[in-house]
Amino acid sequence: MTVTKAETLPVRSGDDVVRVRQRVRALAIEIGLGLVDQTKIVTAASELARNTLDYGGGGDMRAEIVQAGMRKGLRLTFEDQGPGIADIDQAMTDHYTSGGGLGLGLGGAKRLSNEFHIESTPGAGTRVTIARWK
Amino acid sequence: MDRIPILKLGGALIVTIQVDMHDRLALALEEDLTAMIARTGARGVLLEISALEIVDSFIGRMLVSIAAVSRVLDAETVVAGMRPAVAITLVELGLELTGIKTALNVERGMALIQARLAEEEDGRGGDRDRHEG
Amino acid sequence: MTMDGTEVLKRTVTEDEAAILVGWTAALRDSGSLQSGRIREAELQTQAKAVLGQFRDALAAGGLDADSEGYASLRETLADISRSRAIQGFTPTDTANFVFSLKEPVFEALRRTSAADASALAAGVWAGGKVLDRLGLHTMEVFLASREEVIGRQGQEIAELSTPVVRLWDGILALPLIGTLDSARTGVVMENLLQAIVDEEAEIAIIDITGVPTVDTLVAQHLLKTVAAARLMGADCIVSGIRPQIAQTMVHLGVELNVVSKATLADAFAVALKRTGRKVVRQQTSTEERR
Repeated sequence: MTVTKAETLPVRSGDDVVRVRQRVRALAIEIGLGLVDQTKIVTAASELARNTLDYGGGGDMRAEIVQAGMRKGLRLTFEDQGPGIADIDQAMTDHYTSGGGLGLGLGGAKRLSNEFHIESTPGAGTRVTIARWK
Repeated sequence: MDRIPILKLGGALIVTIQVDMHDRLALALEEDLTAMIARTGARGVLLEISALEIVDSFIGRMLVSIAAVSRVLDAETVVAGMRPAVAITLVELGLELTGIKTALNVERGMALIQARLAEEEDGRGGDRDRHEG
Repeated sequence: MTMDGTEVLKRTVTEDEAAILVGWTAALRDSGSLQSGRIREAELQTQAKAVLGQFRDALAAGGLDADSEGYASLRETLADISRSRAIQGFTPTDTANFVFSLKEPVFEALRRTSAADASALAAGVWAGGKVLDRLGLHTMEVFLASREEVIGRQGQEIAELSTPVVRLWDGILALPLIGTLDSARTGVVMENLLQAIVDEEAEIAIIDITGVPTVDTLVAQHLLKTVAAARLMGADCIVSGIRPQIAQTMVHLGVELNVVSKATLADAFAVALKRTGRKVVRQQTSTEERR
């Protein structure tokens, strides 16, 4: 798998969340995702960006266009240096929330992606990676 | 700060969302609508979202809570014009917006609200049964 | 003295090219690719001549490493031949034999040039076997990739063809599903139906599954998602045509389908008409007149 394009965006304010959505939409169009797949990855990015902001105290998103054989994909990595998640399984459960949200962020983002990976160290931060393939 | 305009038409309030919703805007809309329902005594709220390219759980929550608050204030909320891609994504996300009525477009949405108003004028609105979910 | 097999092979192919070509075309002619009538002898001969010439140059430039730069043009030529065979409907054996049948004339030529030196002969045969095997495999890889491409394209065409959304009445749509539903196909079905709902401003969509052989948990889930998405857009769905056996299997599997369902498409249509404020009545006078 090779990375053909990469960029990093800050996720530090509500306006950044909007910018993340716009940028992810543009990249999704660039790799030729259909309208529904575009909407799915943009929505997943929106959920994860808000998590990074609300629970991680801000961080950044790295967006990469990746190629494996003939397939192109969009891979997004959200990283923060926040308090981290002690119980990942619990955090992945729908309707579990430590904030005021609906608690669909992580589980929802996973359902909207083809690949989902989460790493978290309490006290050090959280990194969530998702990918959607054409 | 920008605000989304709310129009009053008969007994209904109409909001068409034409911009990329950021969080402050969503919260402001919720506040403004609540105040406006209370002030005008509107019986229906029509949210037209055909321009919205995504609805994430934050905006979803806003829609659900607008509907809940409106219901307490005796107004019914109808969400009109949701795009197919947005609907598929919402279902995948696990958000089904229970308690909200939906319509294909503004015309149908207004018809739903008018029907409710007419029903109540006929005096049959005493024990309103809700067909939602 | 140990001989370098590459050198022996290179020398033999260069010196004996004409004889190898004659032997190869004869072998190709006998192998049966011509009998099928898919390719003419002249074309086969041109291909063989071009490949052999490039093989000679590649040996000089890249030695035995068939993946090296020196083999680039030969690999390209073989790929073209392989692709065209995949499309023409050749069997994998025919396609692989195109390269493999070059072995015999090459080995014969080696015998002629190195008959006196057994170790040179063995080294040459080993070198020739190695490089021709690699080229043969390359041919097969391209052949399979082209076939997969054809299959993928057909799959997509089938997915698009098999999901027609029909307008039954003003504001009433029907989606007659036929065949097995997998997630890829269901995605296309879902999008088509929802887009048609927008385009036709349809209040009611009937999903008819008479032609669906089995309904497992996954299919049921897909149906429910479609119904839920349509509801979010402001349209209602009715599922029709659940056959008795399917209903039984679903209950046994514990699959719940919490939607409005009707036995037949006709029943569902009647419900849809009623909900949109319409009624079907028989015109009695006209039938009597005809009698």
